[in-house]
Amino acid sequence: MVDANALGWWGVPLAIAGGAIRVGTPLLWVSLGETVTEKAGRINLGLEGTLLMGAMIAFAVSLASGLPWLGVLAAAGVGVLLGALHGALCSLNRVNDTAMGIALMLAGSGLAFWLGKPLIQPTAPGLVPIPLGTWTDQPALKAALSINPLFVVGLVLAFVTTWALGRTRVGLRLRVVGDSENAARAFGLSPTAYRVAATAFGGACAGVGGASLSLVYPGAWSEALSSGQGVMAVALVIFARWDPRRCILAGLLFGGASAISPALQALGYTQGYYLFGALPYVLTLALLIGLGKPGPSDGAPGELSLNR
Amino acid sequence: MNRDKTPTTSSTDTLRRRLLAGGALAGAAATLPGALRHALAQTPVVVGVIYVGPRGDFGYNQAQAAAAAMIKKMPGVKVVEEENVPETAAVQKTMEAMINQDKAALIFPTSFGYFDPHMLKMAEKYPKVRFDHCGGMWTEGKHPKNTGSYFGYIDECQYLAGIVAGFTSKTKKLGFIAAKPIPQVLRNINAFTMGARSVDPSITTRVIFTGEWSMPVKEAEAATSLIDQGVDVLTCHVDSPKVIVETAEKRGIFASGYHASQAALAPKGYLTGAEWDWATPYAAQIKAAQAGAPMPNFLRGGLKDGYVKMSPYGAAVGAPARAKADEVKAAMMKGGYAIFKGGLKDNKGAVVIPAGKNLDQFDAELEKMNYLVEGVVGTIPG
Amino acid sequence: MSSIPVPVAASAAAPSQAAQRAHALLLTLLPALAALVLTVLLFSLAVALAGFSPLEVWALIAQGGFGDAFAWQNTLQRAAPLVLTGLAVALPAQAGRVIIGNEGALVLGGLAAAAAGNVLARAGAGPLLVWPAMALAGAAAGGVWIGIVGWLRERREVNETIASLLMSFIAIALFNQCVETVLRDPASLNKPSTKPLPDALMLPALPGLDVHWGLVLGIAVALFAWGVMKLTPLGLALRVAGGNPRTALGVGLPVAALTIGACAAGGACAGLAGAIEVAAVHGAANASLIAGYGYSGILIAFAARFSPAGVVPVAILVGGIAASGSLLQRRLGLPDASVTVLLGFAFVALIGCETLRGRTFPLLRKGRHG
Repeated sequence: MVDANALGWWGVPLAIAGGAIRVGTPLLWVSLGETVTEKAGRINLGLEGTLLMGAMIAFAVSLASGLPWLGVLAAAGVGVLLGALHGALCSLNRVNDTAMGIALMLAGSGLAFWLGKPLIQPTAPGLVPIPLGTWTDQPALKAALSINPLFVVGLVLAFVTTWALGRTRVGLRLRVVGDSENAARAFGLSPTAYRVAATAFGGACAGVGGASLSLVYPGAWSEALSSGQGVMAVALVIFARWDPRRCILAGLLFGGASAISPALQALGYTQGYYLFGALPYVLTLALLIGLGKPGPSDGAPGELSLNR
Repeated sequence: MNRDKTPTTSSTDTLRRRLLAGGALAGAAATLPGALRHALAQTPVVVGVIYVGPRGDFGYNQAQAAAAAMIKKMPGVKVVEEENVPETAAVQKTMEAMINQDKAALIFPTSFGYFDPHMLKMAEKYPKVRFDHCGGMWTEGKHPKNTGSYFGYIDECQYLAGIVAGFTSKTKKLGFIAAKPIPQVLRNINAFTMGARSVDPSITTRVIFTGEWSMPVKEAEAATSLIDQGVDVLTCHVDSPKVIVETAEKRGIFASGYHASQAALAPKGYLTGAEWDWATPYAAQIKAAQAGAPMPNFLRGGLKDGYVKMSPYGAAVGAPARAKADEVKAAMMKGGYAIFKGGLKDNKGAVVIPAGKNLDQFDAELEKMNYLVEGVVGTIPG
Repeated sequence: MSSIPVPVAASAAAPSQAAQRAHALLLTLLPALAALVLTVLLFSLAVALAGFSPLEVWALIAQGGFGDAFAWQNTLQRAAPLVLTGLAVALPAQAGRVIIGNEGALVLGGLAAAAAGNVLARAGAGPLLVWPAMALAGAAAGGVWIGIVGWLRERREVNETIASLLMSFIAIALFNQCVETVLRDPASLNKPSTKPLPDALMLPALPGLDVHWGLVLGIAVALFAWGVMKLTPLGLALRVAGGNPRTALGVGLPVAALTIGACAAGGACAGLAGAIEVAAVHGAANASLIAGYGYSGILIAFAARFSPAGVVPVAILVGGIAASGSLLQRRLGLPDASVTVLLGFAFVALIGCETLRGRTFPLLRKGRHG
């Protein structure tokens, strides 16, 4: 029986495109935030914890108030707090930022799971998707074009951030702080202040990324919600060469690659599904190897401990 | 009285095992002198329940927790619970702690991976404590007498759910999101498909394996992919069906639940669901423990025996679907209804059950299932 | 001390030798002590906000982790794999590399060990041949995997932290694929697994205890590593290469080889941990091997300041806290996540309080020069 709705092989590219946005949105947000953080010379590996706290708070606030956007704001708020904490603690002498990040990741995810116990059951109002597919009757196409509003906001933010980093005084100062502490001090800038602010911004973005997970896709709170997106984002930042616009590409690429396995299986090709599931990681690693070491001309901040 | 029996395919043993699942234990308890029975019933039995995930997951663990909540209300029963216990040496320590610190006399390790070697090791170390495992294959002679396993033939419910799906689906395409291709999961996929095809033989089921028991993002992607391919009824076998049911509802298609009722999550699209009723085996074990009777080692049962149940029909289920499903359910309740009949073909064309021989639900062959029936699109990985 | 008059008049006597030594000791311990106080305060606050009595909670933690023989065995059982995964991070860190992807090395080590064990078991080999073979196989698999990460860093300049994480995810996928298809035991129906080892070939428990020999092995490796680092020229070379690569190159040390070697050694420890889990606990390689030991090891290494010997007490402490979680759940109804929070707070405090190290906090205010 011929089904007008069946896509057949067209389902695969559509899934990749749709998945790029669906799965890529949280990655876009987290890598965007981490880009700014790293541009100031700080690395925050604790974004996984921030993302989970953001997801949990967004869900809780949306559930309590019925206003999903309030949940997003709350997630950003929590992210600011956690990011500022990371920034402040790492500014102390002798505190290793890689270690602190992982410690905060542990504390953050633990807190999120503890406080989120009563949130596993209920359903909270999610964000309303932007329907860009009203021109088509094809339900799959319509659904794929039903865009996560946070994706759009993230896109805009990525461009705004690029402009801010490149064209404003604040952005310049931030980059100086990230490239050379000595130069920053010579200009009378306080590296600590900029780094804490940048890390707080990064945390806010990670929180919003988490809100995307719990309020849009998959749209629920669960203890298995994040599968390492927070830490993956750090890899994507390197891949994006610290350019916020390339974070969009990185997120889309990773998200799209994640959608290949289920798309193929929906067509009946189930062999090697674990290996297909590892495709995004293989791709990212291959790209990192292929692109070689990022130098100052690539936008790598000189003070970033990752590059030393 | 020795009620322990190895599962075989002979019909008298089948009958005996069915009695096991029912109330034959009452006979054992009745033989004890009245005062002693009364005294034993008074000693509070401490029961330990161990979950591999969170209790409130709208799925597998929640179904177990519901039974635990039920037995808490029984007189003379005290329950201690621990959740999120991984399938490593940690669960051994948990069991030991429950025995040593809480004086547990009966333990329910509810996740499959707890069985071998963890539970078996503890059972050997503590021969006076009873260990009842969910899903394992307790075998006479191989496993200690103070261990047992219980499971339900939930594929009967999936068959009925398949019938309902068969009537309701307009695209004639069903979707099944599964964690791993193990026999218990394959059995559900097959039963669901066969139930639907008994209504309309042109119906097909598409399967996606996520590889993990709990992975919300992968489950959502799988649901989306299936729906994009035209599937309009989704069901699943993962630890928490919450995300899948919610995604189905958001996309405006139908969903059939699993483990527990997810009807609250999908008021428009929820058709029905296959649920566990673990209260039955839990109660049987407690009664045996309280009466001091030997532990029932192999508890299995289906709809008739009260091990599984169906979710109430949702608003979207039409009258013909209800009528047909109820009719088949009545036949199952009478006993002897075979889902896996002789001459069954897999989706590659081979005959997997020799013609003329229907497999009874209790048949051990079914616990080794390694095929997908005709009508399932996809192959078993590896 | 000295009777030479000092230019600036001191208004108090110079501190005694004993006081100075005590002062020095206190300064060394200050970060850890401060971290302890901070952790207790923070967690007590969290617990109190959740409606529980902090005193009750701390009492249960002490009891559950270290209160009696059962608690100690529970703790040591949990600490056994953590010693090795802690080393897996500590050893490359000595060479200046931060590797966080040991989970992958652990599972691949377990897989290799299970495969080796099965092959030898079928050939009828006895435990004295099988155990070293499994250990070697596990160490080799883990060593190669993280060695690749080290190589990528030295020769392709790919950041090793990120690369190790990506390799870890890939390793887990490979592991799952092998366990479910290629190396699957056909009898392991409902839980895909490799063929189980016969009981006679399982690593036994220490005499009289409920803890397997893997703990002793882990501690032995830790002490050996500490010995190498502290007492041998290789250890010195490694530390120089890690501390100051330019100097190391300048004195002709083979920095690349040393670094890759350190990474491989770390990976070998993780792989060995996997092999021990298979030989002592599970008897086969399956999904239960993926239990987060690798990630715990990261923090243990950092908290031990990358000292191979220091990893042991930290691992035991972490094991104890994790062990107490069981008691907290059953007695108070505190969720398992509370123990994660405690560990998180402890590590944040520990790493944060490092800032107190090296500050002089002089014994006397008065009498200081300018």
